[in-house]
Amino acid sequence: MGNDFVVPAIVAVTLVTVGIGFYGLRLARTTSDFLVASRAISPTWNAAAIGGEYLSAASFLGIAGLVLKYGVDVLWYPVGFAAGYLALLLFVAAPLRRSGAFTLPDFCELRLGSRRLRILATAFVIFIGWLYLVPQLQGAGLTLATVAGSPYPLGALLVASVVTANVALGGMRAITFVQAFQYWLKLTALAVPVIFLALQWQADGRPAVTPPDGPTFRAATTVVVEHRATLTLPDGDIREVRPGDELTFAAGDPVPDVSGVATDANDWLLPSAAGDDDRGLFATYSLILATFLGTMGLPHVLVRFYTNPDGASARRTTLVVLALVGAFYLLPTLYGVLGRIYTPQLLLSGQTDAVVVLLPEAALGDGLAGRLLAALVAAGAFAAFLSTSSGLLTSVAGVISTDVLGRGSVRGFRLATVIAGGVPAVLSLHVSGLDVSQVVGLAFAVAASSFCPLLVLGIWWRGLTDVGATAGVVVGGGAAIGAVLVTVLGPPLSGWPATLIAQPAAWTVPLAFTVMVAVSMATRRRAPADVAATMLRLHTPEALRM
Amino acid sequence: MAKQLPDVGSSGAVPPPRRSRIVLADITRQDTRAERTRAELAQQTQVGEALVRGLVRAQLALALRLSLVVAIGLGGLPWLFAIAPSLGRTTVVGVNLPWLLLGVASFPFLIAVGWAYVRLAERNEQDFTDLVQRPER
Repeated sequence: MGNDFVVPAIVAVTLVTVGIGFYGLRLARTTSDFLVASRAISPTWNAAAIGGEYLSAASFLGIAGLVLKYGVDVLWYPVGFAAGYLALLLFVAAPLRRSGAFTLPDFCELRLGSRRLRILATAFVIFIGWLYLVPQLQGAGLTLATVAGSPYPLGALLVASVVTANVALGGMRAITFVQAFQYWLKLTALAVPVIFLALQWQADGRPAVTPPDGPTFRAATTVVVEHRATLTLPDGDIREVRPGDELTFAAGDPVPDVSGVATDANDWLLPSAAGDDDRGLFATYSLILATFLGTMGLPHVLVRFYTNPDGASARRTTLVVLALVGAFYLLPTLYGVLGRIYTPQLLLSGQTDAVVVLLPEAALGDGLAGRLLAALVAAGAFAAFLSTSSGLLTSVAGVISTDVLGRGSVRGFRLATVIAGGVPAVLSLHVSGLDVSQVVGLAFAVAASSFCPLLVLGIWWRGLTDVGATAGVVVGGGAAIGAVLVTVLGPPLSGWPATLIAQPAAWTVPLAFTVMVAVSMATRRRAPADVAATMLRLHTPEALRM
Repeated sequence: MAKQLPDVGSSGAVPPPRRSRIVLADITRQDTRAERTRAELAQQTQVGEALVRGLVRAQLALALRLSLVVAIGLGGLPWLFAIAPSLGRTTVVGVNLPWLLLGVASFPFLIAVGWAYVRLAERNEQDFTDLVQRPER
């Protein structure tokens, strides 16, 4: 692609990130600076940082791609990603901060006093962190390949090494400022082009998003196929395409039906359950459950709460995050919808995740405005990879340095960062064909089936025992991990098994809660003796200065 | 301060930070009854235990009530679209209703519920603090 602004924009974002990292390094002196930013970040900064960290590649690129591909059903992703913060606010935020736990393993040990549970929680934090990191790196590789024409591994490795170096050198304090900056960059990078895109759509005479005969190509287009698919051409012919095939269409040609993609106007426009398919309804509820409850179990989200001064400010921070995240999620949907008009070729090539970065030039042409806006969007996308990866890496490295390496020093933290960044970097080179958002959705499902019940019951129910908690995490989380492994590695499934495995939360979350409660009741005697003191500590307001 | 604070929190690999607070002036202003209630909380007598249980129950009830609001308000939508498909075809200002509800309206709704929660939860805590500091009421 001939856009000569994209590479400088990406370089600028990377340099600013590294620059703030180095500036933070000068400020960071103690281990506390490294791990919890000295617990001295104000709610506004902290909320912007949490928002910057949370809005990942899946949010920035993935949601628009999913909307382009599947339509209204996938709007549950942004709604759920935002609602996750409400669940966090209602059940977890203030008590968790008051507990004084830095990571989930800390919380387990503090509440239930079990070393074994702590080790189990550590393993889950690392698994979820890596499961979430791989799609970030994958998205980075894909974006660089799309906008700058570089080979896929280059982008993935570039992000992995920039982030690893930054986290290892600057720690939590530096990362907080980087991420707060990146939230505003991401919002701007989507909001400004959307104004121009909407004006262009007006100027084009408001073309219908769902013409009765399905989407058409607006300009002559050559599509290079990325994934194997079955096409149904307008004249009824069926054609198998494989990666590397080139298809040419003239302006005004209808887009062929692609297997597995909602090309039919009604499929795309209406909720799937409006038909007579139970599986669609089940998958929708499963997705809702995973995203609503998964946020509270994401390691990088929880670590952030400890940078708040106290429980009341943790609550306020969460509310601000909810507002920031909600404001952001109004935008990707518009990209997905406009992508239907201006970039329908992505439905054929399978590269739907690229719709956000391709749309400005596709709609506005490659004049100055189009190229500048494309560069802005690419910079925002890059900020998304950098900030989410930084947050995940900080939390995984924190857990590895305290629980696996067994030392809480700055040097240990740096060593842990290299380990925590290296593994997903290698993994990302081997998986490149997965839907970014789908993998992230699975990470949410695992978090919702393991840490969500542990936190909710641990904070609100005195009867939780270490054996019950362990059993619930092993059974519920294990089932969700099994579903992930089958999805990523296993054979293709169809019918109900495919639905149950692709969206496991609707059965794994209730399973985890049930097992945790039942086993705790059966082992009632093992309830920790100091549970009353812990409850006092979790729930007493700061004003009492207990 | 003469009163004894028990060690709340088990010892982990990472010891929780102990907050040391030096109070010089305002200790004299607190009346002895408030001190006694605080000591009861800290020492987990039955009175203190009952107070904390009450607070936890109130906060949990609040959280559950508001989750129910969200569960009905948002969680009911897929079911609603399933039993009344015509609703999905209804358009408002040219946009299908599901798109408007999910893509736009759901976010202010979530924020409003969150805002209400923060207000009500802080009020619960204020009530609890008042109860402990002025137990005669």
